[in-house]
Amino acid sequence: MAGKATIIVHSGDMDKVYSALIIANGALAMGMEASLFFTFWGLQRLKKGELEKGPLSKMNMLGLGKWMVKRRMKKAGAVSLEKLLQDFHELGGKILACDMTMQIMGMKKEDLRDDLISDYCAVGTYIDEAKESTITLFI
Amino acid sequence: MAEIKVDCTGETCPVPLVETRKALRKAKEGDIVEVIGTHPASKKEIPMAIKALGLELIGVQEEGGVWKIKIRK
Repeated sequence: MAGKATIIVHSGDMDKVYSALIIANGALAMGMEASLFFTFWGLQRLKKGELEKGPLSKMNMLGLGKWMVKRRMKKAGAVSLEKLLQDFHELGGKILACDMTMQIMGMKKEDLRDDLISDYCAVGTYIDEAKESTITLFI
Repeated sequence: MAEIKVDCTGETCPVPLVETRKALRKAKEGDIVEVIGTHPASKKEIPMAIKALGLELIGVQEEGGVWKIKIRK
């Protein structure tokens, strides 16, 4: 295994979660290890049934912009966030959930996709993962 | 030794790369994995991944926009 990618998923915007998952899957496919640290708005996307619910980061226009972009993505053959998340899990990627966000937002483990989450943790775990990573991003 | 076929025709980023990796993980040593696809960047990037994984690239062919990449695990 050559290297590791650690990505903080801070945004819950649909397009940014796409970026994070595509990069993370790419890293795994290229033989790297990968960890996704979901925090703040990003963690909202790990609530049951919320993965695809994020708005577009720009020109969402009450969902109209998102609808248009989604339509174009479908036409281009882009896959769903759900498939990307399942592939990430299948390829051995690690999903970490920020426990402080859970406290602040009043989220419980039962509210989250617990089957996919490897650990509930804090900044120490992120630093521990990131310090040995060759790629680290904040999205 | 098995020959595993992965059809990624019509799929776009990052599916061909990810499906190749999934097939390679499931394959046994010595198995051949053949990936077919149309996404142009993946034709360059799958060989990059093969190199990074330390596996053997048997060959890359392209005909009419459809490429075929053969890998030995």
